[in-house]
Amino acid sequence: MLRLILEPRAAPLRGMRLASPLIALACTVLISIPVLLALGLPPAVTLRNFFIEPLRTANGVSEWLLTASPLVLIALGESVAFRANVWNIGAEGMFTAGAIAAAWCALHFGASAPHAALLLAMACAGALGGMAWASIPAFLKTRANTNEILVTLMLNYVAGLALRYLVNGPMQDPAGLNYPQTAPFEPAALFQPLVPGLRVNGSIFITLGAAAATWLFFEHSFLGFQMTVGGDAPTAARYAGYRPAQLVWVGLLVSGATAGLAGMMEAAGPLAQLTPVISPGYGFTAIIVAFVGRLRPAGIIVAGLLLSLLYLGGEAVQMAQNVPASLARSFQGELLFFLLGADVLVLHRVRLRRS
Amino acid sequence: MEHLLAPLLAGMLVAATPLIYAALGELVAERAGVLNLGVEGMMLLGAVTAFAVVLAGYPAPLAALAAALAGAGASALFACLALSLATNQYAAGLALTILGSGLSGFFGHRFGSTSIAALAPWRVPYLAELPVLGPGLFVQDPMVYGALAAAAATAWFLYRTKAGLVVRIIGESPQSAFAIGYPVIGIRYAATLFGGAMAGLAGGYLSLAYTPLWVEDMTAGRGWIALALVVFATWRPWRVVLGAWLFGGVSVLQLFAQGAGIKLPSEVLSALPYLATIAVLVAISRKPATLRRHAPWSLAQPFRPDT
Repeated sequence: MLRLILEPRAAPLRGMRLASPLIALACTVLISIPVLLALGLPPAVTLRNFFIEPLRTANGVSEWLLTASPLVLIALGESVAFRANVWNIGAEGMFTAGAIAAAWCALHFGASAPHAALLLAMACAGALGGMAWASIPAFLKTRANTNEILVTLMLNYVAGLALRYLVNGPMQDPAGLNYPQTAPFEPAALFQPLVPGLRVNGSIFITLGAAAATWLFFEHSFLGFQMTVGGDAPTAARYAGYRPAQLVWVGLLVSGATAGLAGMMEAAGPLAQLTPVISPGYGFTAIIVAFVGRLRPAGIIVAGLLLSLLYLGGEAVQMAQNVPASLARSFQGELLFFLLGADVLVLHRVRLRRS
Repeated sequence: MEHLLAPLLAGMLVAATPLIYAALGELVAERAGVLNLGVEGMMLLGAVTAFAVVLAGYPAPLAALAAALAGAGASALFACLALSLATNQYAAGLALTILGSGLSGFFGHRFGSTSIAALAPWRVPYLAELPVLGPGLFVQDPMVYGALAAAAATAWFLYRTKAGLVVRIIGESPQSAFAIGYPVIGIRYAATLFGGAMAGLAGGYLSLAYTPLWVEDMTAGRGWIALALVVFATWRPWRVVLGAWLFGGVSVLQLFAQGAGIKLPSEVLSALPYLATIAVLVAISRKPATLRRHAPWSLAQPFRPDT
């Protein structure tokens, strides 16, 4: 009988690392065709609505960049954690914590502070809020040996409930007719649009700056090198005297800072106030962005643009064809599945063997 | 206070039931060395499947079966990646959770907020007539008792059968089991599929009995709590039941607090199960030696027979 087996390669196939996201995307699109047919949706029209229609207008491109920006920023931080094998899946909660901290600044100083100083304060508050939230799993992991996956995940729900409490209580708009929301932020607390009439704003430069900083961190800092070694070869890292607890702290604090900053950018950008739900799952999607982007800054930017397009596409098909926007989340899951599958070929070749 | 006791006990049992199913399934998979983080996604798929089957007019037992099959099917996807292709189990499990939540939202969308008739309770003969305990513990739907039977069956299987022993050996040392001639990958597949079926049942319980009303993402983190329960129970079936009751108790505190006139924001009470999960993880993980003694040695490590 012939049997397919996987044989380890002598050296990793570098090209495959770049090809496998494309293979995964192609597989995701291909497998969606029979599914769409089964649901009675013409695949060509649906896929065009998904991937092309959102980008046909200037407003569409603006929304594309606006959605990609927090995804990329969160994924950059996640890539630092993932490289060190720290599994932070609590970006959603850190995003919320950052948005709450930034909103607090906006509501307290919005009427008096100058625009630039206020935005800077909000950005610092956002990053610190995310880091504070991330310090809980870091502390528990390093001191009590708890699993960071479960703790960060639980804290997502806690952060969501904290936000719901705040917008129903202490932070509720006194003039808001009892709606669960904060007062709208003052103009001084908002990013200015880059192009009048479109929503995309200067916060995308924060994301680009963070991408450059992450690149420098990985390529030119000893700590960045330690993170990578600590993730790839923990035993070697310990032998070299790297402190595992330090890697956990750095991984979680960096990813907390970027997620919190992303929360601030969202609050001071398209949201302009806080409501009970502020994130359409950015924290989870960013995990996929980080993997599809191969945990490298340039790749993460491309992957962020792709997954942002999936968000817009989901909304577009919902509007045009009344298809639930959750289709986009299914695509995200499929993409990660196929990516993991294709990645096997980086280190292995497929052989047929007689058994 | 006394009039509260029966509903409290009942609420505790009902809230514990989905956790017991999901955690027992995951426990068996983990005992074979497979860490499937996709429990939440498989539960959501089970929930949407069971709901759709009942809505289509089929009886509840069939819906529960369909939910189990949906969960098992989803776990087969995970197994293809994590077992056949030996990919990172964390990442594959996360992918399954995202896929499951997307698919369940997609197929559940059309249900709006439709409701279905909840599973009818069984009155246990004689015991149901007991004061307080009767209405509290012995007038429940069959799946509540099924969860306890499943715990007994799992404990018996793991500790009293040869197959259970083989599962445990594979979790400890797949290399030795393979050397003796056991099909490690095949047995891991079986354990993973069982875990998926149980997670599907757990999700089915949510939509058939717990909230027989379609709510997107109705699991609300229960799949992750079930994963934490397995650690909390140090991979032993009966402790899963105890842990689940503890969590059930925490989740019905809301009812208790209202009855006792304690004024706390509802969000604080809703956050309690999540905070309790963190608290028990801290309590159990503080002594690494305890975890190391009980955790399957090969947990989450890919096994490749060809190398």
